[in-house]
Order: sequence, then structure tokens, then C-alpha cells
Amino acid sequence: MYAQMVDTGVAKVRDVAEMTQEERAFQDRIDADVKVEPKDWMPDAYRRTLIRQIQQHAHSEIVGMLPEGNWITRAPSLQRKATLMAKVQDEGGHGLYLYCAAETLGVSRDAMVADLHAGKVKYSSIFNYPTLTWADIGTIGWLVDGAAIMNQIPLCRCSFGPYARAMIRVCKEESFHQRQGYDIMLALCRGTPEQKVMAQDALNRWWWPSLMMFGPPDAASVHSAQSARWKIKLLSNDELRQRFVDQTVPQADYLGLKVPDDRLAWSAERGHYDFGEIDWQEFHEVIKGNGPCNRERMQTRIKAWEDGAWVREAALAHAEKHAARERQAA
Amino acid sequence: MDDDPRLFDYVLRLADNGVVLAQRLGEWVGKGPALEEDIALTNVGLDLLGQGRMWLAYAREIEARYAPPGRGEDALAFLRDGGEFRNLLLVEQPNGSYADTMARQFLFDQWHLMLLGALAGSKDERIAAIAAKAGKEVRYHVERSADWTIRLGDGTELSHRRMQDAVDALWMYTGEMFAVDAIERGLVAAGVAADAASLQGPWRSAVAAVFDEATLAMPGDGWMQGATGRGGKQGIHTEHLGHMLAEMQIVARSHPGARW
Amino acid sequence: MSSEWPLWEIFIRSQHGLAHKHVGSLHAVDAQMAIRNARDVYTRRNEGISIWVARSADIHASSPGDKEALFEPSNDKVYRHPTFFPMPDDVKHI
Repeated sequence: MYAQMVDTGVAKVRDVAEMTQEERAFQDRIDADVKVEPKDWMPDAYRRTLIRQIQQHAHSEIVGMLPEGNWITRAPSLQRKATLMAKVQDEGGHGLYLYCAAETLGVSRDAMVADLHAGKVKYSSIFNYPTLTWADIGTIGWLVDGAAIMNQIPLCRCSFGPYARAMIRVCKEESFHQRQGYDIMLALCRGTPEQKVMAQDALNRWWWPSLMMFGPPDAASVHSAQSARWKIKLLSNDELRQRFVDQTVPQADYLGLKVPDDRLAWSAERGHYDFGEIDWQEFHEVIKGNGPCNRERMQTRIKAWEDGAWVREAALAHAEKHAARERQAA
Repeated sequence: MDDDPRLFDYVLRLADNGVVLAQRLGEWVGKGPALEEDIALTNVGLDLLGQGRMWLAYAREIEARYAPPGRGEDALAFLRDGGEFRNLLLVEQPNGSYADTMARQFLFDQWHLMLLGALAGSKDERIAAIAAKAGKEVRYHVERSADWTIRLGDGTELSHRRMQDAVDALWMYTGEMFAVDAIERGLVAAGVAADAASLQGPWRSAVAAVFDEATLAMPGDGWMQGATGRGGKQGIHTEHLGHMLAEMQIVARSHPGARW
Repeated sequence: MSSEWPLWEIFIRSQHGLAHKHVGSLHAVDAQMAIRNARDVYTRRNEGISIWVARSADIHASSPGDKEALFEPSNDKVYRHPTFFPMPDDVKHI
């Protein structure tokens, strides 16, 4: 998802017997669905895991502005241009809400950004794929935002107050994102034969990376178990992935598009779609930095940050001068 | 009405300023100097795009009166060549550094606010209504861009230099904003268009006040590009517009007749 | 890296006559910029008609509700930001 494979720093999930009194009281509050707030006592591992998870999520929003931003200048109608600008802007806003949520845990935004640029913190693998045609913009809205919402709705109930509140705001604003994507796909699939080909091509390229967004199977993962215990991860990767496939396949059918998976079939027995093997090697390579656009994405972010440094410094310098003048006048 | 082709041309001038500057601001999305600023600047772009679309909708109505059914907003935005665009040379200038972008924005916003103020009293009700609505948005635009002009002008030594350079470089495109050609003259006489020449004095005073606070020197009034009836408003642009349109129009033009 | 823009807490009053409500935070160099940024960041969908901003560092908060000593706060600032202790990369699982 937007925060894939979050390391909790624990080697095994602690039993109640192993917990200190503080930890037990903390876990009891979580079990009772009491929200944890920044000033409350919390285990260091919880704090660190949240910082990692929320900042991965935030970085994903910010880096995620780039593949879609790539098409703002070429959007084929003014309405689509306005919608896309607003959507990419929303993603910036969502990144901002998330950075702020992480900041309540005692880490500054600049420090998080520095970690991203140094390659110490990841962002979602999905944003390392290129947007090659206008249909990619529709596909991202439909698939990527669809997957994101699936993950983010449960997170509105997560145990950490600032994160849950940020997610509520994000989900409220994001309701239109998936629809605008599907709406682009509808227009393409009802359009000329070339447009339909464009739509199918985009689905072919984005389908598997979208499934990878949910991360590798984690039912057996210590980190996932610990995160589940802490209620900062509410459903397993495979559960979410299955829901996504079940939801998306009929939508593809409606568009008259073929999901690029020969093994995709409805299982009456399971009540779910069966689907083919995901290429986890590709996923791990992309996470490691070897995806088609990893380097460009980071270069673009770093360049924007560095090009903006003098502007940020000037604004601070001006504010200090201004405040000094006011003090003098007083 | 005999004047309709002229009115169409005039409304396109208003529309194209919005569409072209929004296109430029769209290039900044995701690359701003701070996240908050990225979001704020995009709002300005969205406002301008919205205004451009309102003017284009009216342009279509006017065109429909003498060449029915008139071209829709997308035909006007994506299927006209550079020579048919009527925006000011100023707004098509490249983004450059943040100082260049903010200088372009402030010089334009200040004029835009005054122009819309005058147009709100137009005898053409549609023009008056659109100008009144857009004016509210632009009041905020000029607050922001004046603020950044001051912050960068009176910030660090480096930012001061960049802001001064930006203002100096863009100054030669400001004269066109106040140049009145035959099309405008006729519409001004009819009480429809704003007399841009009359805005020059107030604009200078407003700009000078901001520059003063920004510790920026007012550039000398040298030769002004496009101010003698051969500028953006007449379809004679800088080289930058062609490249911008090549990018903006590529998808729409590659699929003639397609709907998106 | 230069010093960071200060963090501000944003409070917005919606049109329904309710009191100002905390909506989130953002970075700005001064109050004026914080108000403008708040307008752009937190009222993109006409959420509010009045904005208050306060430096996060200036907000003091009560202790968490629990009486137990366990949950006593380490300080009284709501947002204790760059006070976190970075760990060396090579130190794992602590």
C-alpha cells in the first residue's frame, strides 16, 4: 500500500506476560479502542513504527504527485485539466496532513524529507512506473486511488488519533479521485477505437503493479502481527488485495476491458476471484530502486527541494527582519 | 451585431490570459518550493483556468451569433494555432525561477485586478458579471503575489537579486497591458471594454508601493514589446507560446473529433 | 539544510455558526503567511469563513485524561517536534 512493508523493529509479538506494566496498560487502552494521542505514553517501538508508516504514506502522496502531474500540461480538455490539477493538489494536501500527523510524534518534516531524499525511507512502489498516455491518468485514478481508499478507510479507525483524523480528512476528499479516474476510462472506452486501445494498454501496464501495491503476503509476518495488535494495520495485505480484485474485475468488465491475467476466474466455492501469481521479484527490485522511474522521481523531488531552498530561506529572513522592525517600533 | 467579431476578439483576450497563465502555473504542480506554497499556487492556477473557461463560454455565445454554432471551449483552447491566441506576452513567459514566476504573477495580477474592476461596470452584462466574480478571486491573487514580491525582494541578498532581475527582465512586457488598439477603442467608446490606458497610472502607483516595501528599484521605461499594435493581443507572440501550445494541444490534436 | 519554517495550528469556523475547530497544522514563516496558507490548504472546499492560527510552540495543553501516573506527560507541549532521538542506521531492533 502507500506504506509497504513497515518494519516494527520487533523480533516477535510480545505476550502479555512479557509486557511491562506500562505496556500492558497501553495495550489495554488500544484493545478498548481508546485513541492514543501524542502526549500519551507509548512504547518506543509503537512510536517509531508509526513515524515510519505515516511518513512512508506521506512521501507516497508527494512522490505520487509526479506521475499524474506529468499530464497536467497535456490534458486533452479544459475540464480534465482542471480536475487533474485539483486532484494532484489534493494529493499535496494529503501529504501535508500526514506529515503533520507524523510531526506530532516528534520528528520534523524537514528531517523526514531529508530521509526520503537520502533513500532511507521508501514510498509506494506504484509511483515508480511511468505515465505514458492519457489513459494512464484514468487508470491511476481508477486502480491506484481505488486501492488507496481500500486501505485508508480502515485506517480511519487506527489507534493513533492524529493519523486517524488525517485519514478521515483524506478519505472525505478522496472520494472524487477514483470516480474521476473511472470517468476518464468510461470516456475512452466509449470513444474511438484508438482511445479504447489506449485504455486497454494502460490497464495492461498498471494491473500487476496495482496488485503489488498491497505488499507481499504478510499473514505470517511478525511486523504485521505487531501492527495489527497495535491497531495501526487493520487488514492483511492479502485480504485487501482480494477485496480489490473482487471489486475491480466487474468494473473492468463494464468498461469492456480485459484484465491481463489468464488465470483470473470467479471461484463460486470461495466466493472470490482467483488470480495469477504476482511477480514479487519485480516488486522487490522496484522497492530497491530499480523500477523504471525511481531515479527520475527522486531527482525531481530533490531538485524541487534544492531549487526551493533559497525561497524558503528568503521567506524566513524576511519574517525575521519584519519581526525585528516591529519590536523596534514598539 | 456588427461589433460581434470585435467583441469576440476582445473576450478571447480575457480568456487566453487565464488559460495560458494557468497552463504555466500547471507546470509548477508538485515542484513548488514548499508544500504549502505548491498547494496555494495551484489554487491560483485553478482560479485562472476557471476564469478562462467562463470567458471562453461567453466567446462561444458571441461567435454563435455570427458564425453558428460557435466553437466550444475545447475547440478554442486546443485547436487554435498560436497566431489565433490573444493573450498578453507577459503571461506566456516561461516560469523560470520562483522569483520569475512571482514577478510575472504580481505584474499581471495587479493589472488584472484593476482591469476586472473596470469591467465590472461594463454595459455588457455578461462581461460585468464574469468580471465581478473573477475580481473576487484576483483580489486574493494580488495579495499573495505582492506578498511574495516583498518577501523575496526584502529577504536575503540572493533573493533580492533574483527578484530584481526578474522584474527587470519582465518589465518590457508590461507596456502591452495598457496599449489600446482599434478593437479596444471601439468597444471602450461603446462602454463595453475597459480603457486599459487609464489603468496605467494607478497600476504604476500600486506597483511602486509594493516595490518600495520590497526594496526593489522600479525599472526604467524603455522599449515595450507588443505595445504598438503588434503583440500578443494581435496574435504576434514570443517564441515561447508555440512550444507551450505544442505540449498543451498534443493529445487533443492527435485524435481529431475524439471526446475525452 | 537551513532552519525549518515554524509549525502552526489551524482553527477554522465553518458557516454553521459553530466555534472555531482545530483542523490540522502547517508550516509558515509568520502569522500572515500561516493564515493565507491555511486558506489554501484547509478551505479548498469552502470549509470555512474564519481562520485562527497559533504557533504550535505557543499552545499549552492539559495532561492526558488518565489519572494513572503511567500516563503522565513528559512535557506540556502538544506538539513536541524535533526532540526525537535518531538511531544510528546500524542499530537494529531496539
